[in-house]
Amino acid sequence: MELSLATRTVGEHTVLEVGGEVDVYTAPRLRERLLELIDGGARRVVVDLGRVDFLDSTGLGVLVGALKRLRSAGGSFALVCDKEPLLKIFRITALDQVFPLHPTVDAAISADPTGTGA
Amino acid sequence: MATVKLSFSPAPVHVRTARLVGVAVARRAGVREDLLDEVRLAIGEACTRAVALHRQYGLADPVYVEMSDSGAYTVRVVDRAPIEASVGLAALPPDELAKESLSEDALTTGVGFALLAGFVEDLQVRPVEEGIGTEVRMVWPVRR
Repeated sequence: MELSLATRTVGEHTVLEVGGEVDVYTAPRLRERLLELIDGGARRVVVDLGRVDFLDSTGLGVLVGALKRLRSAGGSFALVCDKEPLLKIFRITALDQVFPLHPTVDAAISADPTGTGA
Repeated sequence: MATVKLSFSPAPVHVRTARLVGVAVARRAGVREDLLDEVRLAIGEACTRAVALHRQYGLADPVYVEMSDSGAYTVRVVDRAPIEASVGLAALPPDELAKESLSEDALTTGVGFALLAGFVEDLQVRPVEEGIGTEVRMVWPVRR
């Protein structure tokens, strides 16, 4: 399935819903969208991986890139993921210790230490 | 013994095709259904790595993939990049992963290797027998 990207705003958070396959071919589009959001002023970003059915190292690299960029800008970055196959990928790469991972968008937003929980 | 061979020009768009073929042959070979996600990911990572190496070295040669089900399900992914390019593959510890100084390419390479090593119990990375290049060989058990 092709990559799908949709953005919405929840309070002061920008939520990017990602669907389909994030791989070496499609990851550049994800990188581009995240850069657009950050360059456009988004500082509290939640990426919802709920509809992702494939994620590889290239996609993970893009997500880490966004995390670093936001942290250095004083912002926050969190992931929403509750699918065991994807969670296993984060565990195996030790990226579960790098990303804040939450089962729902609401949980990600209310856990954001930089936000007001709105 | 059934063998499927695939070679593709080193472009990211073809990695998905290799994954789809690899999983279809794995299913046909009798690899357990709950392992297929891991087969898909591992073949994708091996092919992504090969494509990245060919692009890095400006090689137009195709990436070669061979899937065979003689005894077990064996997948070989062969690149034609100089051997030294394969050296230095290592899984990165968590505190390294978030470091500012680590480039996205280096991170992706490290993470890709961690995924291969984590998902493939029987994994070998070795020089090809003839010519220049590296072979990533992955084996999964099959039901008979």
